[in-house]
Amino acid sequence: MQFSKVSGQKRQHKVILYALSTCAWCRMTKQFLEDNNVEFEYVYVDLCEEEDKQKIRDHIQSKGGPLSYPTIIVDDNMIITGFRTDKIREALGL
Amino acid sequence: MTEITLEMVKQRAEADARTYGYYLNPDPKFLQSLLEGLKRNEERYGYPSCPCRLASGKFEIDRDIICPCDYRDPDVAEFGACYCALYVRKDLYEGKTEVKPVPERRPLEKQSKAYNAATTASEAKPATPTKEEAKPSGSKPKLWYCKQCGYVVFRDEPPYTCPICKAKKEMFAEIKTRIDFT
Repeated sequence: MQFSKVSGQKRQHKVILYALSTCAWCRMTKQFLEDNNVEFEYVYVDLCEEEDKQKIRDHIQSKGGPLSYPTIIVDDNMIITGFRTDKIREALGL
Repeated sequence: MTEITLEMVKQRAEADARTYGYYLNPDPKFLQSLLEGLKRNEERYGYPSCPCRLASGKFEIDRDIICPCDYRDPDVAEFGACYCALYVRKDLYEGKTEVKPVPERRPLEKQSKAYNAATTASEAKPATPTKEEAKPSGSKPKLWYCKQCGYVVFRDEPPYTCPICKAKKEMFAEIKTRIDFT
């Protein structure tokens, strides 16, 4: 699976963003992370191969999340669904 | 095939909003992004499926998320906006109420199909697909009618709500009478 990396100064958490290339909420979320100088990796699920889509689904569901985008996984244990700036701030200490 | 322009996508959304008494998202950048997403989906799938949902690329599976999706009306009624927030209620359009993310109403079972549809599709490809094979296994379209207003639809399942009178799915009954069209 090809993740794209966005560099930032805030690196204390491992942040993964699962997004859709066409989704406006995903775009806002990505922008929010960039604006807050958070380092993260993202992948556009709709552009992935079938095998990777299934891996992503399993990853999200193993963390108890719904199959909604954007989905952020912090340190591989906390999951945030949707453009929820309050939750993102809290999880990342912004 | 005619080229799909952003203007066409926008006009279609505007016309639909007018018909149903909704408004389009008031944030010009956000709206632009949604319209571009719809355009992209129409180009790659052949129909404008929801830009904020993962589509399978198979019409029968994605039919309920083709914009305006089956879930728009109940979502606008309950949350003031549809799932992707393309369509909003007047108070959100005017900025009196904040536009917030809307929880997914589409059943998980339907969402899941987007993750293995292509596997099934690629397996079916080599053989000449017949009408039966083209459909997702285990379902066959039937005629359904809305007991409240009489709206009739030919689908695997009744819609989430009636597009005409907004009655819930439970108000739909299958038409079992055999109709001879010849």
